[in-house]
Amino acid sequence: MFDALTDRLNDVFRNMRGRGKITEDNVREVMRDVRTALLEADVHLDVVKSFVKEVTDKALGAEVVKTLHPEQVMVKIVNDELINLMGPIDSRIPWVAGGPTIILMAGLQGSGKTTTCAKLAKYCLDRDKKSMLVAADLKRPAAIDQLEVLGEQLGVPVHAERGHKNAVKVCRNGVGIAQKKLIDVVILDTAGRLSIDDELMTEIANVSRAVSPHQIYLVLDAMTGQDAVNTAKNFNERLELDGVILTKFDSDTRGGAILSVKSIVHKPIKFIGVGEKLDRLDEFHPDRMASRILGMGDIVSLVEQAQQQVDVEEAAKLEAKMKKGDLSLDDFVKQMDKVMGGRSLKDMLKMIPGVGGMMRDTDMKIDEGEITRMKAIVSSMTPKEKTDPKLLNASRRRRIARGSGADVEDVSGLCKQFIQARDMMKAMAGMGMRDRMKFGTQFAQQSMAGGKMPSFKAKTKPKFKPGRKDRRKARKRRSR
Amino acid sequence: MGLFDKLKSALGKTRDKVVSSFKTVLPFGRKIDEDLLDDVYDTMIQDDFGPATADRLVDAVRTAWKAGDIAESQDIITHLKQHIVAQWPPAHRDLAKADTGPTVILVAGINGSGKTTSVAKLANYLKKQGKKVALAACDTYRAAAVLQLTEWSRRCGVDIIKHDQGADPGAVAYDACEAAVARKADILLVDTAGRLHTQDNLMRELNKIQRVVEKKIPGAPHEVLLVLDATSGQNAITQARSFSEHVTVSGIILAKLDGSAKGGIIVGIRDQLDVPVKFVGLGEQIDDIEPFDPETFVEALFAE
Repeated sequence: MFDALTDRLNDVFRNMRGRGKITEDNVREVMRDVRTALLEADVHLDVVKSFVKEVTDKALGAEVVKTLHPEQVMVKIVNDELINLMGPIDSRIPWVAGGPTIILMAGLQGSGKTTTCAKLAKYCLDRDKKSMLVAADLKRPAAIDQLEVLGEQLGVPVHAERGHKNAVKVCRNGVGIAQKKLIDVVILDTAGRLSIDDELMTEIANVSRAVSPHQIYLVLDAMTGQDAVNTAKNFNERLELDGVILTKFDSDTRGGAILSVKSIVHKPIKFIGVGEKLDRLDEFHPDRMASRILGMGDIVSLVEQAQQQVDVEEAAKLEAKMKKGDLSLDDFVKQMDKVMGGRSLKDMLKMIPGVGGMMRDTDMKIDEGEITRMKAIVSSMTPKEKTDPKLLNASRRRRIARGSGADVEDVSGLCKQFIQARDMMKAMAGMGMRDRMKFGTQFAQQSMAGGKMPSFKAKTKPKFKPGRKDRRKARKRRSR
Repeated sequence: MGLFDKLKSALGKTRDKVVSSFKTVLPFGRKIDEDLLDDVYDTMIQDDFGPATADRLVDAVRTAWKAGDIAESQDIITHLKQHIVAQWPPAHRDLAKADTGPTVILVAGINGSGKTTSVAKLANYLKKQGKKVALAACDTYRAAAVLQLTEWSRRCGVDIIKHDQGADPGAVAYDACEAAVARKADILLVDTAGRLHTQDNLMRELNKIQRVVEKKIPGAPHEVLLVLDATSGQNAITQARSFSEHVTVSGIILAKLDGSAKGGIIVGIRDQLDVPVKFVGLGEQIDDIEPFDPETFVEALFAE
């Protein structure tokens, strides 16, 4: 996501670097590139125009020209303006005390409403809110079935009335049932509709009047072009939106809609959908998004995601194990799985400040298969071997290699790395936070040197092979 | 005043006319100048032509203007119409046909682009031409997708070959090919699961479906149609490119053209990739599909 926009902006700023001095001409030239980059990212034309003008004015206002590091100042200006453009946003859902919070979902066909409804239900579930889904999409064939399947997957009740034609009634009944059942959140899934389809827009306005929802969200495809703004505007006129949820953000879209919607329709982006799985719904944070657009990484989200995946009790157990130095390979793999949470290694690395740019600069190839191979190797070990990799002699290694379809060197490499990591963790467990960080950075620098990822493959060191002369010498030494 | 406030007030003026069309920026009889060309460029951007294509087209207009071929704004419209229509020669728009046996049409696209609906419309369209049509429900991933296609097959009265949800789409394609041959179907329409072009494993799965079809029926798939959402922006070009890398995309179905977007993105796609548009989707009803006609399309672009 945003990769291409980030690339373009990085190019632009890199070109500024090393010019020594920034003149008005440079700035204008740079901003022309920024303009094209934004237009290619489908940011709305009007937003692009004002944005470029504003940044140019600021940049020329002496602030940039006189500084030693003009490109850094430019990045800061662009970053600040991006945050301004997208924020401020409170991405939480304001729950209603007593009685269900009613959320109405609307959007064009194929924007991802039904999936997003399920994702929202999961979001509520994770926050200990009982939710219920109402299938009010009576248009698309099998839309009710789809919602029911998703509800079943989550263990969330779904209210559906088959053969019904009146979405208003279905919604009203659904809300009534939720009130009786003491449900916390009701999510109304409606049919996809064009914002210019008067009949259907009237229908959804009627639904809204009938159940007076507390929150109305527009679901919008992140890949929408210039028309995103018109859609949002039209829906807002009929429904008084509370926010927008942008979907399909896991594609390589440059997601310009995210910049346009807030500034033209004045409605905040609340969530972004970042994958097909039902837990892939992220809260939206403008500041983090701005740094992501500019390729400055997003460490806060990374840490948050990791925290979400790891439960506290288990973490304490793990730390104790680490301190003692008896972490097993099983723990290691489990932990890795948790932190990754279905994300690719590349996505994770990109969130670390500085790494994104480095990956582009060095054209670093990430071998996603490495983790799969590592898991295969570990699963081919006996429980005893997993807890104590030092057991692994040549014969065991050969067996594991055969069992996992890896090379013997891979197995050896993994063991060596694991033992190293375990020792390092043991050492770190005794340190304070500051030393830990220092240690971590040093370690990272070592392994990242040369733009290479730490590899599990053992380096094949030329072994010292004793020649005839050496052997004679050794014999002499012994006999002496 | 911060940027945000300024932006707000600046946009306040334009908010009422977010949609500017060629018709409004090009009043009859206005002399061409650089300002007018800028307006034309902006309009192209708003119609999702994309900066590269807009640049190229405006440059072409500028050259013609400097050469004295055109002088007034209505000339621009004529000039652009000719230019854009010429990009889609008529030969490109027919569906390919198998010499013998069933013609296999594979339909692919990203999530929510409108594949299943397009498949249903296409089935209905072809059936009305007297063809015997069979559907293959290869979207075994999305909840209830098989049910959705089954419902469509019932409504238009065509055969469907399906497995349960979660089945291997390659296996469905295999069975569908056998069934199509056995039942002497003229056309086999293969619906596939929506997949983002960035999901490499799913793109490989799509390629596998194509290979399965290739093996079962020589010369198939005779068409691989990519469904694009007319509201999508510049990312559609990336989509078209990525899908072409994994399967032999032979045409585009531009869905949802009945919305407020004009689908200018296909001009951009034609500019950068050699993939013709074959059909356009114009609504939710089963009859709302038409063969792509560049003249009508361009006419609509310049209308209002």
